[in-house]
Amino acid sequence: MTREEALDSLGKSFEEKIQSKTEFRGETTCTIAASDLREIAKFCRDELSFDYLIDITSIDNFGYDPRFEIIYELYSMPHAVHLRLKLHISEEVGAVDTVSDIWPTANWHEREIYDMMGIKFNDHPDLRRILMWDGYPFFPLRKEFPLEGLPSEMPDVAFTKITPMEGGPFVTKPSTATAKDREPRAHPPEL
Amino acid sequence: MSLPVRSIHLCLSVAGFRLRRKWALLLFAVPEILPAAYDSKIEGNVIFTRFDAALNWVRKNSLWPMPMGLACCAIELMATAASRFDIARFGAEVMRFSPRQCDVMIVAGTVTYKMALAVKRIYEQMPEPKWVIAMGACASTGGMYRSYAVLQGIDQLLPVDVYISGCPPRPEALLAGLMKLQEKIAREHSFRKQKPELVEKLEEAFS
Repeated sequence: MTREEALDSLGKSFEEKIQSKTEFRGETTCTIAASDLREIAKFCRDELSFDYLIDITSIDNFGYDPRFEIIYELYSMPHAVHLRLKLHISEEVGAVDTVSDIWPTANWHEREIYDMMGIKFNDHPDLRRILMWDGYPFFPLRKEFPLEGLPSEMPDVAFTKITPMEGGPFVTKPSTATAKDREPRAHPPEL
Repeated sequence: MSLPVRSIHLCLSVAGFRLRRKWALLLFAVPEILPAAYDSKIEGNVIFTRFDAALNWVRKNSLWPMPMGLACCAIELMATAASRFDIARFGAEVMRFSPRQCDVMIVAGTVTYKMALAVKRIYEQMPEPKWVIAMGACASTGGMYRSYAVLQGIDQLLPVDVYISGCPPRPEALLAGLMKLQEKIAREHSFRKQKPELVEKLEEAFS
């Protein structure tokens, strides 16, 4: 099965459910509705042999509606074909069906998206945070979250503080502190 | 005897003798004000020195590290322990991965907020006396990670004795840091710090 055959088959089966299809440098991106995700995902795996879910990523289009995008990168090992599925979620909904029963690797990808973006996944078997700790109150990859972070406190688990950005490597804010002030100091020997 | 209280130092005497075909060392403390009498029979076996000097000498030459390897600095820490650089030359080759036998915690790598209290807990489990080396830019200041997830220097949680610059530091830099720590330990008044009541009693007795 070539790439064209796979795309034709997908187009015929879901003609009205594929909202748009773009081609860029030999890669195909299909935009679908969030409600059709599981049906199309199952068809892609079982009928088109997209047996490998490379990655799931999410985008925060802050200020636009719908706010979030989720992108599924599919790959067919037997036929060496790549396909990208894309769907939009508004902030009010904020949830999408899980595909972790279709591709088990989606389990941790979806946990990461939940951790960083705060998008929930319906019927996910184990939707906990994966990078930050349970109880951390923010979603750090959302656009309204500042780079320097926000203070938080969970006794005996973890805490966070606001990071000073002056003179930093990512933000070129000028700093008034001299190098002597900024350098850490060892405590003196206990005499 | 009337001496100013602060001038009293304890001396550690070390006497060696043969016992059951093995050499044993006898350590005992005497006030420094006693004259060191010359005795030709034991002269070769007895050394008089300040108690602190002997204690610090013992401590600084067998610093057992707690390898707190959190990032790429840990790779350099492993290289330092391996044969090419050989941290055993400084008596610090015994990395035990158990805080209860450790003297110096080498914080090697990026300390995230998720890991920060775990590092502190391990430090608290180490027995006194204990020291901390912050190895590399991340452990010292957060380094290039000016981010919501990274603690900006382990000195916010632990008392750091030696900072080592570098990203990551070369093994030679870690060895230089270890030698700096040894110099620092050699200057400590460790006996007075560890046994303040005993030192007070002795000072009273001799004043």
